[in-house]
Amino acid sequence: MKARVHVMLKNGVLDPQGEAVRHALGAMGFDGVNGARQGKVVELDLANGTTEAAVNEMCEKLLANTVIESYTVEMS
Amino acid sequence: MHAAVIVFPGSNCDRDLAVAFETAGAKVSLVWHKDTKLPDGVDIVGLPGGFSFGDYLRCGAIAANSPICNEVKAHADRGGYAIGICNGFQVLAETGVLPGALLRNAGLKYICKTVGLNVVTSQSAYTERYSVGEVIDIPIAHHDGNYFADDETIARLQGEDRVAFTYTDNPNGAKGDIAGILSANKRVLGMMPHPERAADAGHGGTDGQALFRALSGVLTPA
Repeated sequence: MKARVHVMLKNGVLDPQGEAVRHALGAMGFDGVNGARQGKVVELDLANGTTEAAVNEMCEKLLANTVIESYTVEMS
Repeated sequence: MHAAVIVFPGSNCDRDLAVAFETAGAKVSLVWHKDTKLPDGVDIVGLPGGFSFGDYLRCGAIAANSPICNEVKAHADRGGYAIGICNGFQVLAETGVLPGALLRNAGLKYICKTVGLNVVTSQSAYTERYSVGEVIDIPIAHHDGNYFADDETIARLQGEDRVAFTYTDNPNGAKGDIAGILSANKRVLGMMPHPERAADAGHGGTDGQALFRALSGVLTPA
């Protein structure tokens, strides 16, 4: 089984990389990009039976820094 | 004074930090990240600058979960002294020993230059040989030194006299111009600038010397 973890900076935390992406898109002539936020995706290959609660714990302890980041978990 | 300098894969200021401690009169033990115990009688733990674990995932995140960091946390929890410089500050923030986090520099660039720091408090073992309001010149060398914490935390740090240093000319977007902060008991210092790189005339500056010299004599083992 697999889990896909999305980690994003929380709203209100400055995202200089997202801002640079937004700026670059505008400079390339793509109009109407009002904002860009950049995050990361971690795909986990898990032993069968691994619970979503266990993946949440992995997020809390390592994959996300909850001072600045939020995360979502998709199990599949 | 017995100092333990932690060495992670990718640390690159561990020896500089060891030399700064030794010059201030300390005995220094270099401690590998896989060790599960600090040497007996350690007065202060130093977490050095560098790029522990290649800065993978987040700066300091993997180092913060290495075996020795449980011991570092326990040492700090029982009132021990610890200093984290640059990547070491990022590690202390990731362990939760110090509040907040270090984000990518607002200008997105890695910055390596000497900057001015305002000494904000002299009420700590680290800063007692400086005067409040004094400006010292200390090098920075980081890509992720943009200090962030929520407004409430920043207000608490300021209200409790726990901001050690601020930048005279904010280079990285850090909230409140914060360059270094102290724990509630003032025994743990995290700072992005490198005082160990301004601790010998050969470095081109000696403004960091007073920080290490102040430590000798005041420290007690925890």
